Amino acid sequence: MKFTEEHEWLRIEDDLVVVGITEHASTQLGDVVFIELPEEGDTVSKDDEIVVIESVKAASDILAPIDGEIVEVNTLLLDEPSKVNDDPMGDAWFFKIKPDDMSQLDEYMDEAAYNKLIG
Amino acid sequence: MSEELLRTPFYEMHLRNGAKMVPFAGYDMPVQYDLGVMKEHLHTRQKAGLFDVSHMGQVVLRGKSYEHTALALERIIPVDVMSLKQGRQRYGFFTNDTGGILDDLMFANRGDHIFMVVNAGCKTQDIAHMRATLEPDVRVKVIENRALLALQGPAAQAVLAEHYPPAADMKFMDVDTIPIAGAECWVSRSGYTGEDGYEISIPMAAAESVAKALVDHDDVEWIGLGARDSLRLEAGLCLYGHDIDPQTSPAQAALTWAIQKSRRSDGARQGGFPGASVILDELKNGTDRTRVGLLPEGRAPMREGVALFANETDTTPIGAITSGGFGPTVNRPVAMGYVPATLAAPDTVLFGEVRKKRLPVRVVSLPFVPSNFKR
Repeated sequence: MKFTEEHEWLRIEDDLVVVGITEHASTQLGDVVFIELPEEGDTVSKDDEIVVIESVKAASDILAPIDGEIVEVNTLLLDEPSKVNDDPMGDAWFFKIKPDDMSQLDEYMDEAAYNKLIG
Repeated sequence: MSEELLRTPFYEMHLRNGAKMVPFAGYDMPVQYDLGVMKEHLHTRQKAGLFDVSHMGQVVLRGKSYEHTALALERIIPVDVMSLKQGRQRYGFFTNDTGGILDDLMFANRGDHIFMVVNAGCKTQDIAHMRATLEPDVRVKVIENRALLALQGPAAQAVLAEHYPPAADMKFMDVDTIPIAGAECWVSRSGYTGEDGYEISIPMAAAESVAKALVDHDDVEWIGLGARDSLRLEAGLCLYGHDIDPQTSPAQAALTWAIQKSRRSDGARQGGFPGASVILDELKNGTDRTRVGLLPEGRAPMREGVALFANETDTTPIGAITSGGFGPTVNRPVAMGYVPATLAAPDTVLFGEVRKKRLPVRVVSLPFVPSNFKR
């Protein structure tokens, strides 16, 4: 699993990358009350704002970590946004992306480096 | 910010209870504790929450008699102070010459003096305003040696009655001096959450022991500013600097209920406060814009600053949201804002622009959650 400085986790699943936010990020956000997801089939570029998360405190964006095509989104979150607080590393993934170039993942941190970042 | 943040006497207690502290009105205040905003909000509506509101200003006004002090205060607020009975509290606001609101406040008739609580962010300005307009007739004394807690929620009565049984007999807006954990506390049956509850002014030296005595009860949890905001929003109550300000009049803010007949045109003590001509005219003839409740029809919260449009295509906004967020009790987004009087009827559908999308929002009457006061 890889981690971004934006507190996303990236899990490689065959030729796809599954993206969610870390436990740390979900704690910082507070109770999540609304999620806006991209459309399946969207072509996205790295750093595009593709997910909106609204918590009781504020709205934040999730950036596309890599270039690629969105092949699946987790519609469960639309009805149950609080899943992001309950199970951020598991059930509450946001989207699956088919990367244009798998090597874009190389720049991201491993778990040890991420844990150091959040200290 | 260059100035050091002030701390309330509960600062260490907040940290021990897992508070996340944020700067608010010059103070380092708890925005939430371990429970988090959502659970803190729901706990307050189900049981009882304890709020540190020591950052607010506590002031005693003392003239020759209550009547003397009341008449003086009526020169700067458009509210009936004179007829307020001893042991009772009332809501009011200072106005400016253009009829705008300088701050909103609570004041109580304590027999020989008036006890007042004003907003933290306005207290310096409020005190200067009162000194300039009331002294030397009336002495304006800032109470610096007392903390202030709010105990709010349906269990508040039972909790306080364990310390002093007659507290249960107080009615909404009654005030009294009562002993809690050995300390002489000035208590009002009021608050700003829409729930039954008390505001408790405590001698500084006893602050921690009184807070501990209250929060040790199984039904009581510390509640931060985050949930305080969502509670008052669901209750349809104004937040100064957001829903009301010097450019907003009482009629625009839908606060005309707070201006008693005696201060209106043809009342016993009509006018005589800053902005009276504007305010009295608006009471008779209405206003161009007004504060309304707004219920986003979808799940996306509409927060402060969201522009409101009459339809999906107009380019000029007709109003804006002044408070908005998620209402944990109603389990959906809720908001308040200002719209033209012609679009203020309940069930009018307007559009809020969120992330460049026009989303439908319905005008509704306030509050979102019925108040639970002990009348």
